Amino acid sequence: MAGTALRGRLTWQNAKVAAVIRQTARAVTIVLDVPGWPGQRAGQHLDVRLTAEDGYRAERSYSIASAPGEPVAITVERLDDGEVSPYLTDELRAGDTLEVRGPIGGYFVWDPGKDRGPLLLVAGGSGIVPLRSILRHRERTGSTAPARLLYSSRSLAEVIYRDELDNDGAGVTVVYTLTRSQPPGWTGHAGRVDAALLAEVAWPVDGEPLAFVCGPTSFVETAAQDLVELGYQPGRVKTERFGATGGR
Amino acid sequence: MDALDGNAIGGLLHEVFGTEMTAAAAMCAACGATRPVAECVVYLDAPGVVVRCRSCGSVLMVVIRGRDRNCVDLRGLAAIEAR
Repeated sequence: MAGTALRGRLTWQNAKVAAVIRQTARAVTIVLDVPGWPGQRAGQHLDVRLTAEDGYRAERSYSIASAPGEPVAITVERLDDGEVSPYLTDELRAGDTLEVRGPIGGYFVWDPGKDRGPLLLVAGGSGIVPLRSILRHRERTGSTAPARLLYSSRSLAEVIYRDELDNDGAGVTVVYTLTRSQPPGWTGHAGRVDAALLAEVAWPVDGEPLAFVCGPTSFVETAAQDLVELGYQPGRVKTERFGATGGR
Repeated sequence: MDALDGNAIGGLLHEVFGTEMTAAAAMCAACGATRPVAECVVYLDAPGVVVRCRSCGSVLMVVIRGRDRNCVDLRGLAAIEAR
């Protein structure tokens, strides 16, 4: 399963920025041209390394936003006190070069040929990024696994990929909850993801659903525990934590 | 300090072990709990990278990163099984 592409050394290499696409006021998608890229699985990430003129280096991990078979792209949300993300979201331009290594990860991945059962995707903030790759992969492979996405965001303006999510095809249900501000006339959910909201949105356990939960650490731990209390098998609740700030 | 999980060190562990390790099963030498590396508790700036057992909190691994080498302490692991 791991395949030969995952064996051997993981090396830093130069990637060319093919495009920078603004998603929200704080988030951009960076499309990369990486020579010899072996292709990503849905849910994987890559590492980015920046080197300052004095040799100081900073490394961060970013989830891959694109599906297997698509050009590799990451979506980065700006952290105001961040060392790396403000450069990526505000300074980086098409034609620039970035040092990257990847693809990385074999746990938080979805493989429609192997993973059975309805999909429950739970995103907090920029935790949507690897789940977007999973949804696109589902669409592109013609998977019939029904999918539900519960996406918690501070406000509607901070929802990443909103146009795309609102136009998701058959078999996909998207439920938003807005934690800080709701637009006038908002009829969706407000407030944080909690046990009651998960009980309402999550698939019944008898269909053996597979859950992917991604976002800030406390968000992920609460949601994963709630799902286990609803009867989800711990081994079928896959988690990825971004830390307290919701971005890596 | 923000606690992350083993997904965050997929690249570093690939560098150390030469293969994908986030799906590898790690057994805690202190309590015997076995779970994927991805589910372990990770502190990136501890100093060094510290990986702890999610069941009992014991230190499983420490990786000290140098400019051209990594020092790896695996005393807290009873076993690690790459798939």
